Order: sequence, then structure tokens, then C-alpha cells
Amino acid sequence: MTTSSGQPSASTSRSLVGRDTESVRAYVSSGAPYVWLTAAAISVAFIITLALLVLTAARGLPHFWPADLVEARYAPVGDEEVTVLAEIRSTEEVTSGRLKNAGLKVDEAQPLYERLLIKVANRDLLGADFRPVLSDWLVDRSYPEDAVVLERMEWGNFHGFLHEVKSAGSVVGSGAQAWSKYEPLQDRANQLRREIEEIEKRDIGAINYRLEQLRLDERRLQIDGKTPATHPAAFAKIEERRTVEHAEYEQLRVELDTIRKELERDALLMKTVDGRDVEIPLSHVVRGYRPNAMNVFDKLRYFGAKVWEFVSDDPREANTEGGIFPAIFGTVMMVMIMSVVVMPFGVLAALYLREYAKQGAVTQVVRIAVNNLAGVPSIVYGMFGLGFFVYFVGTSIDKALYAEALPSPTFGTPGILWSSLTLALLTLPVVIVATEEGLARIPRSIREASLALGATKAETLWRVVLPMASPAMMTGLILAIARAAGEVAPLMLVGVVKLAPSLPLDGNAPFLHLERKFMHLGFHIYDVGFQSPNVEAARPLVYATAFLLVLVIIALNLTAIGIRNRLRERYKALEN
Amino acid sequence: MTGVQDRTPITHGFDIEAMQRERSGVNLEDETIALEVDNLDLYYGEKKALKSVTMKIPQKKVTAFIGPSGCGKSTLLRCFNRMNDLIDGCRTTGQIRLEGKNIFDRDVDVAMLRRRVGMVFQKPNPFPKSIYENVAYGLRLAGVNKKRVLDETVEWALKGAALWDEAKDRLEDSALGLSGGQQQRLVIARAIAIHPDVILLDEPCSALDPISTLKVEELINELKKDYTIVIVTHNMQQAARVSDYTAFMYVGDLIEYGSTDQLFTKPSKKQTEDYITGRYG
Repeated sequence: MTTSSGQPSASTSRSLVGRDTESVRAYVSSGAPYVWLTAAAISVAFIITLALLVLTAARGLPHFWPADLVEARYAPVGDEEVTVLAEIRSTEEVTSGRLKNAGLKVDEAQPLYERLLIKVANRDLLGADFRPVLSDWLVDRSYPEDAVVLERMEWGNFHGFLHEVKSAGSVVGSGAQAWSKYEPLQDRANQLRREIEEIEKRDIGAINYRLEQLRLDERRLQIDGKTPATHPAAFAKIEERRTVEHAEYEQLRVELDTIRKELERDALLMKTVDGRDVEIPLSHVVRGYRPNAMNVFDKLRYFGAKVWEFVSDDPREANTEGGIFPAIFGTVMMVMIMSVVVMPFGVLAALYLREYAKQGAVTQVVRIAVNNLAGVPSIVYGMFGLGFFVYFVGTSIDKALYAEALPSPTFGTPGILWSSLTLALLTLPVVIVATEEGLARIPRSIREASLALGATKAETLWRVVLPMASPAMMTGLILAIARAAGEVAPLMLVGVVKLAPSLPLDGNAPFLHLERKFMHLGFHIYDVGFQSPNVEAARPLVYATAFLLVLVIIALNLTAIGIRNRLRERYKALEN
Repeated sequence: MTGVQDRTPITHGFDIEAMQRERSGVNLEDETIALEVDNLDLYYGEKKALKSVTMKIPQKKVTAFIGPSGCGKSTLLRCFNRMNDLIDGCRTTGQIRLEGKNIFDRDVDVAMLRRRVGMVFQKPNPFPKSIYENVAYGLRLAGVNKKRVLDETVEWALKGAALWDEAKDRLEDSALGLSGGQQQRLVIARAIAIHPDVILLDEPCSALDPISTLKVEELINELKKDYTIVIVTHNMQQAARVSDYTAFMYVGDLIEYGSTDQLFTKPSKKQTEDYITGRYG
């Protein structure tokens, strides 16, 4: 090439230094704004995620902390004066105008009032757990050491003072010694309650299960046209086994009655802050504590116990008390069944679409259709699940296999299996798309290497391509889990309930009961938040449950990500 | 690598002059024939990529295909184990006979054909598995699962590919941890582990450094004692160094085919002469 005069003589500087660093254009072309922009985007995403966790934790977890009880005189202007023993839940600033509109005789010269939400408990006596009060009118505040909170099986908490401890009708402790007498009795009551629960849930539950099986066996014989006259041996055998079960049940019932009587022995005589005497049987008390007398470590221990109860126990009182273990269990189990179903399905579909189908217009249409499935509203999947799985497939299964249980349906009713299948359908597109992309990324040279060694296409797929695409499949699974674990709407149609009597996994053969209804954290949030009779009591639980749901999803995802990273490590360095 | 330090030519005991002496005077007529290409046409859709190619590949010799890019030499090579079957819109007429059997016959099992005609590609393409599993791959496909047989064959194949000394202590390590040259020899070991009759080498050294290239060339020279070798190369020096017979191809035509000595010293066609003297290509 020769340098000729025909070369365009653009005024580009040939200097190596003296670069323009002042102008906006130079700043833009330096790339710095893009760095800032991209960094800002990721920061915002990260901060929002963090804020979500912090908010739910901050709103939910204090619920488990034993707050101090304040004893005070509430003297509203122009209304009767009451004494309260309460914990202060929240404070907010309210304008006097609004308070006046609410019918309170406030001084309008003072623009702002501090309004407190206090929990007075004693719902059975006062009608409501919570009441709003004005801070200015809550006077003579004190924190008595001997104020007691009792968590009850029913009616929520009780606030008051321990007066006497009774055992078998006679007073065993009163005044200053009452508390020390009470504590061992509470431990004993809890122990007895655990024994009762053990017997009821495990032993009697198992007997009921077996009795139901016997009933079904009998029905089956009848359906087959057998009668006690024609097949006396078969019926006699069932009858014999039933007698055994009944005898065992009787024995347990007697045992249970004894324990119940033992439990009924003790009672507490409590005094409320407004001077009423209340006798509370210990069988109704879950735990009692004196928050004002507890130091930080006692409170921490209590906090830990409450949190543990929350994650490990069954719910009580319309889900506003107790724990949410069945919901955690149900959520995790549903996601796992879904994963087991969606992975093979999605991978096989993607394999056909990418590897076997002739790439053309039809394949492209199918691919677009699959991608669009991901955009269908989830409630539509719920409708489909109800109509197809529950009413069609489930009813057919019942007719074919569980005829003896009819008219009460076994699979022809919403349950965990149908929920998992519905969600599997919902997340199928994600798995297919991710797997397809993974398959497309396997270099041609690797496939040729396998084929050149005498492998058939199927052998190549199975031995080389699929293992190498496995990290992409895991990515699909991660996305599927993320979507499925947070999904609520379709589940309300195909299997989730407010309160499930038993877990889908228990000690009765065949152990896994896929037909059972189950509880779910997402639905639990909805139920506690919007359907609860006691809104104020439920609100922190909504946050706590939401926090837990996020943690469960994170845990599920981290497991999948961990597996993916191990696979990636194994198949890394492909592009050489 | 001592050779690099003392600046003497690296031969790895690979006596070029002796090879040339041995090669002079070879004649295609005297050879046993392994593969016979008969009037082979190949089309990619409408485009004709091979035009009536007819040639005989001698047994246990090295045959090189040379020619400018796009001349069809790789396409022809990939016909021998029917790798072109994988390409949509590719069809052939004519025959290639392996021991008298046309490999395009309907009753030929492609997988069985590929077990007898192994192939090594341009870029080393080991599987993301251990060195051992890479070599054992073809054996496992063939149904060999006895640990002892596998162990022996893997060792034999790695020795055959001159990789045993470097790899014997790391058989369970990932093959992706080997260098490019080692990977290419691993791929060759993988190919010979299933005892093929023919090994096809598609520009096996184009992605390798000169030292690795020499090692692979030395290996080719070793392998031809047992295998029929067909090599495609764009490097004429390489063709001259390793092959017994050379075919020059140009835009789908087989222009000239004969013993390497003759083709490089006394080409009978003008086109061949122009190419090997660097006038075009």
C-alpha cells in the first residue's frame, strides 16, 4: 500500500499525549459513566434485597422478644379512668385534628399527640388484646417486678399478678413463694401435655389409620361381591383385627384419661390489674414469665425458645399463636416433589426439541409456545390443575383404585401431589429453556469426538452431552424453585389449606401420603394477614412468616446453586 | 526440553534422512489397499464439493492430503468415517470400499464403521472427564467393562500415543488439565484404544506449538507400523516429512496423487508444481 494524496485527511490527532479529558464527550467515551451506571444497578438490586430481609426480620422478630409490662393509669379526658397492665407495641405521631374526629377530647392547641398501641391481653375479660392510647394520658407508669405473662392455649395471653398456686384443690403457695412453687408445676404440666400429644398424634393416629384401612378392606370385599356368608374367613379376620385395634384403643384411652386428670390437678389463682380474681387451670397455660424481672440473658433464652417454637411447632388459635412447622414442611416437600417431576420432564422435552426434532418452522412454533407458557398467569394453571388433575385424573384414579373409599374422594380432591404437578407444569418452560440453552452450548467438536469413537447419537447424548449440560439444567431448576416456592394463587385451588390435620409424610405405611392436603408458607401469610380474626396479634407473624419463607427459598436455592457449582467445576474449561 | 536450549534440531530420534531413503521408490501398485474411493461425488445442497474422486489408500502407510483451503481435502477425509452424515443437506454418490465393502451401503452400521475408522480432529477435543475415562470411552461403548482389561488397554493406548510417562501418575485427573500437545496425543490414544484399522487425522497439528507438532509427527511415524493413516495438512513440509503418499486437491478435484517423493520432486501437473512452489494457495 502506498500513501497517496487520495487518503482522507481527517483531522485526527496523531499525538499520544494531550488527550481531551475535559469535555462531556470525552467523559462518556472514557467508559466511566457505564461503570457507574452498571454498579448503581447492581447496588440498587442488592440493597432492595437486603432491605426486604431486614424489614421482614425487624417487623417480625421483635414479636418473640419478651417486652416489659407497664402498669399505669389511663385517664382519658372526659372518660372513665382504668388501670392497665400492658406491653407497648408501637408508637406513632398523630395530629390532634384526626384524634378529635375520632371522638377524643384532645386539646387542639397541641398539634401532635403521641399515640401508643398497647397490648393489654386478657381477651376473655376485656374483649380485645390491643387498644390504642394517647401517651399523655397514660400516667403513673411503673414496671412491677412481679407482673406475670401467661401464654394460654386459648384466649391469647394473660397479664396479671400471681396470687396463689393450687394443687388438687389446696393452696400450696401464695404471695412471694407462689412463683417458685409455680415453675416446677408448669414443667410437669408441659411434660404431661407432651405425653398426651404423643399418644393422641402417634398412637391413636396410627390406630385410626389402621381402622380406616380395615374399613376399606371390608368395603373392598363387599365391592368384589363377597359377603360374610360366602367368605366368612375373610370377614372374620377383619373383625378380629378390628377387635384388637379397639382393645388397644380402649387401653390408650384409659391411659389418656389418667394423664388428663393429672394435668387438671393444678391451677393458678391470678389477680388482674383491675382487681379481678381469675382461676386458670395449668392445663391451659403453655408458659409463664415475668418480663420485668428478667435480665437480658433470660430474655434471650426466652426469645430463642419462642423462635424455636415458631419454626418447630404446630399452629394454635387460628394460626395466630404457636408455630408454623407444618407450613415449612409442606412448602419444602411440595417444592421437592415438583423438582422430581419437572426435571426429567423438562430435560426430555428440551432434548427432543434441540437434538432430535428437525429444526424448522414447526419446532420454532413449539419453542415459542413453550416460552409463552411461562407468561401464563399462575391462577390459570391453578384452574387447569383443578379441572384436569383433580377432577379428571384424580377422579379416574379413585374410580379405578380407591373405589372402596367412595363417595369420599382420595385423589379426586386437592392435595399435595396435584399441587406439585400443577407447579411442575408452571415451571416446565423455565427448565426447558435453560436446558436447551445448555445443550446448544456444548461444542460440536465434543459431540464429534464421541461419534467418531463409534458412539450412537443416544450414547453421545447420555454419556457426554447431558453431563456437560447438567449445570444449565441446574440453573433451570434454580429458577423453577424460585418461582414455585413463592407461588400461592394456583395452590389455593389444588391443595393448600389453612390448617392441615396431618403432614403428608408420617409413620403410617406407605409413609408418603401424596393425596393429603398441606400447609404452605405463602398461603399462611395470606391467611394470617388477611383472614385472621385478630389483626394486631397477627401482623408480626405475617412478617415473621414472610421472613421465614424468604429464608426457606434462599436455602433451597443455595442447595441447588451448590450442586450446580460442583457440576460446573467438573465440566469447566470447555472453551479451549 | 533440552533441544530448545542447545539450539540443535529437535528430531526425537526421528531420522528424516533414513525416512526419505526408506520412502524413495515406493510404488502404489505394490501396496495392499485399505480404502478404495471410487467415483465419489459429494454435494452440500446444490454445491458440488467433491468431483468424481477416485483413489486408493494403501494399508499401513501414511497418505497425506494437501491443497489450498476449501479444496475438499477435509471433506474427503470425513467421508471415510461418514462424519459428513451429520451435516444437513450433504449427500454423496459413488463408493468408498473398506476391505471391499462399500461403506455407504444401507446395511452398514455407522457406529461399527467408526470403530474401525478412527478420527483425530484439528483442535484437541478431550471429554471433560479423567484421562483414564477419556481413553476408556470407546472401550466402554464397545461393552468392555472389566477393570483389568480396561486398565491394560488404557496403559497400552497411552504408551502407543507416547503419553504414558507423562500421564501415568495423573490418570484420574481431568484431561482438560493437559497441555494442547498432550491433549492431542490423548485424543490419539483414545482413537487407538479401540484398535481401528484406519486413523484419520484432520490437520492434527494446526493448533499445536512446534515441539508438540514434532512429537505428534514422530508418533505418526510410529503408528503407521500398525495402522493405515490418512492425514490432512495445510503444511507441505509436514506432508513431506510424514507421508508416504500425497494427494493434491484443488476445488473438489483430485489433481495429482502419487508417492510423496515424486509429487514433491517431480510433479506431473502444472497446478501441483505451482502449489508446492508457493505460487498460489
